[in-house]
Amino acid sequence: MELDNIERYLEKYFEGSSSIAEEKALQDYFAGAEEHIAPHLREYAPVFRYFSRSRDETSTREIRIGTGRRKKHVYGWLSAAAVVAIAAGIWFSGYTSRDKEAEARLAYEETVQALYMIGENLNKGTARMEYLEEFDQTKKRILPERELQ
Amino acid sequence: MPFKDKLFRLAKRLLTSTEEAEDALQEVLLKLWVNKGKITAYRSVEAFAVTTTRNYCLDRLRSKQASNLKLAHSNYTDEASSLQRQVEARDSVSLMHKIMQGLPEQQKMVLQLRDVEQYEFEEIGDMLEMNPASVRVALSRARKAVREELIKKHNYGVG
Repeated sequence: MELDNIERYLEKYFEGSSSIAEEKALQDYFAGAEEHIAPHLREYAPVFRYFSRSRDETSTREIRIGTGRRKKHVYGWLSAAAVVAIAAGIWFSGYTSRDKEAEARLAYEETVQALYMIGENLNKGTARMEYLEEFDQTKKRILPERELQ
Repeated sequence: MPFKDKLFRLAKRLLTSTEEAEDALQEVLLKLWVNKGKITAYRSVEAFAVTTTRNYCLDRLRSKQASNLKLAHSNYTDEASSLQRQVEARDSVSLMHKIMQGLPEQQKMVLQLRDVEQYEFEEIGDMLEMNPASVRVALSRARKAVREELIKKHNYGVG
């Protein structure tokens, strides 16, 4: 009776249509002592024994994911520190750039002032040149012949 | 994590060596940890974990193949030693191990997930991104392949 079931389960097993419960029954049947297994089915025993034995294998290496949590904590602090650093950076860079701007404006104004001074002096120079021209013209009028020679 | 060992066994089934499987497990668990926000959106955390493991191992195998590196498995014995082979032939469990190693990845995975871990077809379908009907077909094919190899080796050993 039980053998009938086993044969039927085995047939279903190879067709992929057996249920988990039927497969468990097969594994139990083949896990028993060799003499309790029907001789014509003995060749299937290694399959089921192998699969049940495979289930007992476990990883021996200890895996710590806890380090991940600590790392995350560090990230939290790191990001806080980064925010502070960036804020300070922006603040100071803003400060210095404003400082530089004022400096540049001052330099510009000084330059403009200096250029005005040069311009004024130049104008004074040309005013003097007018006298020179006057002198030249009178000279020409007084000494026309000599000039022609 | 309750299914940690299942992930380890699947990784070992695919990568063959214990060392490689443990490396894979570490990577996968780290990935799960990093994506723990996303996981809750998944139907099953376990299925997601198995899918991640499968993808990681297959990538690993592919990159190994590409770089032409051989897997460093500690439990592989050269077939050159006939004495060794005789001893192993007597040990039916290691014979099964050899047969399993010779199967294509897909068949290894369905056998591992069904016959070792005893998942339902729907669950395996989720894990391997297949529909349950094709899981059943793949499983039947894999089981028949194992039977064929077993009979072949058995006859060879006897004769």
